[in-house]
Amino acid sequence: MSDTDSASPTSQPPPKSEPPREFLVGSAPHMALGRSTPSVMFDVVLAMVPLLIAAIVLYRGWAVILTITTVAACLLTEAIFNACRKQSQSSLLDGSAIVTGMILAFSLPPKLPLYMAVIGGVVAIGLGKAVFGGLGQNLFNPAMVGRAFLMACFPVAMTTWAQPGDLATVGSVDAVTKATPLAAAKFGSDVVPITKDLFLGNVSGSLGEASALACLIGGIYLLLRGTANWRAPLGMLVAVVLFAGIAHQLAPDRYQGVLFYLNSGALMFGMFFIVTDYVGAPLTPIGRLLFGFGAGILVMIIRLFGGYPEGVMYSVLIMNALTPLIERWTVPEPFGGKVAAA
Amino acid sequence: MADENGNGALQQFKDGVLSDNPVLVQLLGMCPTLAITNSVENALVMGAAASFVVICSNMITSLLRPLIHPHVRILIFTLTIATFVTLADRFLAANMYKVSKQLGAFIPLIIVNCMIICRAEVCAIKSGPLKSFCDACGIGIGFTMALVILGVVREILGNGTLLNYRIMPEAFYGTHEWVIMVLPPGAFLVLGIVIGVSNFIRQDKAGGAA
Repeated sequence: MSDTDSASPTSQPPPKSEPPREFLVGSAPHMALGRSTPSVMFDVVLAMVPLLIAAIVLYRGWAVILTITTVAACLLTEAIFNACRKQSQSSLLDGSAIVTGMILAFSLPPKLPLYMAVIGGVVAIGLGKAVFGGLGQNLFNPAMVGRAFLMACFPVAMTTWAQPGDLATVGSVDAVTKATPLAAAKFGSDVVPITKDLFLGNVSGSLGEASALACLIGGIYLLLRGTANWRAPLGMLVAVVLFAGIAHQLAPDRYQGVLFYLNSGALMFGMFFIVTDYVGAPLTPIGRLLFGFGAGILVMIIRLFGGYPEGVMYSVLIMNALTPLIERWTVPEPFGGKVAAA
Repeated sequence: MADENGNGALQQFKDGVLSDNPVLVQLLGMCPTLAITNSVENALVMGAAASFVVICSNMITSLLRPLIHPHVRILIFTLTIATFVTLADRFLAANMYKVSKQLGAFIPLIIVNCMIICRAEVCAIKSGPLKSFCDACGIGIGFTMALVILGVVREILGNGTLLNYRIMPEAFYGTHEWVIMVLPPGAFLVLGIVIGVSNFIRQDKAGGAA
């Protein structure tokens, strides 16, 4: 098949005649939202500033270096894929790669070797987003794809948690590592911290998830601005509260209380910044509730019965895969009655 | 694709390696491609075994083609292929026991490798022995080449070795291996990326994504 087609690789195909212009007529009322992708992304970045501050307080320069590394890796990957596709580099400016990079950085161990963070950023944008066709086309949350890849690649480095405030390099003799609160509660390897520490963030864990308070501030800002829809976080909250409450009632000596599960791990971070992702989540209102609810249930199943201490990443990825199904189930009934099935 | 009387034996060989590469273009024989490419050694042995089978079965099919009734041709193909797969399987078990153990069921499974039956159906049943031989050689080399590319990437990243020799800096070993690369997801990812790159390279030739 190459013989015939390769005859004239240089000559351009004849220009197509211009397609007839279409004038779309829509009925009133016309409402402009006045929001663009960059403004939404800027909002998300702004909402993540409290998390960054908390991370800098806990881990000093490590937080800055890790965040800059992943963001730079994401931007660079985006630029390379744009160049390969001969597309304009405008998608660099819409901020989506910056948001992906920040979410990825906040979900990594604070002292992860930087080249691993670069790999995570490349995979997040490359395999998580660009191969599907760019922003809006991806099936899965790009940052979570990058993190899942790192988790499968480097299981040891990805589960080595630095103690907050300790500035030595992981691997050096005087470095202090500490089990995360969830791992402590699950495997009994360490003392379970009190909820006040969890809330303020004086516990080990991923870069941005330590302080539930910071996540709460950023999340409430997103909800008030309307940047994030409140349904998915609400669904997740209800699911976690119900599940953890019942488990704690049934076996109080085995499972911690509701507040512990709400404040520990990546739950707050995931609730406000990951399940509220526009692309991977369903569009229908009930679908969003279901999406969050399912993610919450899965998180608690993984936390209480699974092999890992934390499960926000996998539960979001699984719910991403279920999104088309949820959307099909929850098509809202339009005003004036049901439309006959096509 | 091979047409009945057009291009010659040499062209058939070249097509098999490059423009009709069984793994990267036709996406045939995916099962061994994904399963055994976690080391270069496995990839080489699998490629050699499959090449041996496709060459022999193509030759036999081509020589027998005046005798094969169209209705029973698939049966004849399968029996011919099975004969040579058994030969290859026993040969490996006798001479390269360790590799044969590692490859496990995937050597007997060459019988159902669609790439081989495809060559019998597309080329050998319609062409003379010389053309069938060149076709099988091209396909065999193309298959081995693709497997080795995957094997090199996965072995270096996943184990830090190449043909079981340590080639990465000493600090790499211990915690820096890309564990995912020796696991099944690594096979899918590397295969996807390699196919993407090969499509990207072939785009100029074939005109648009193939």
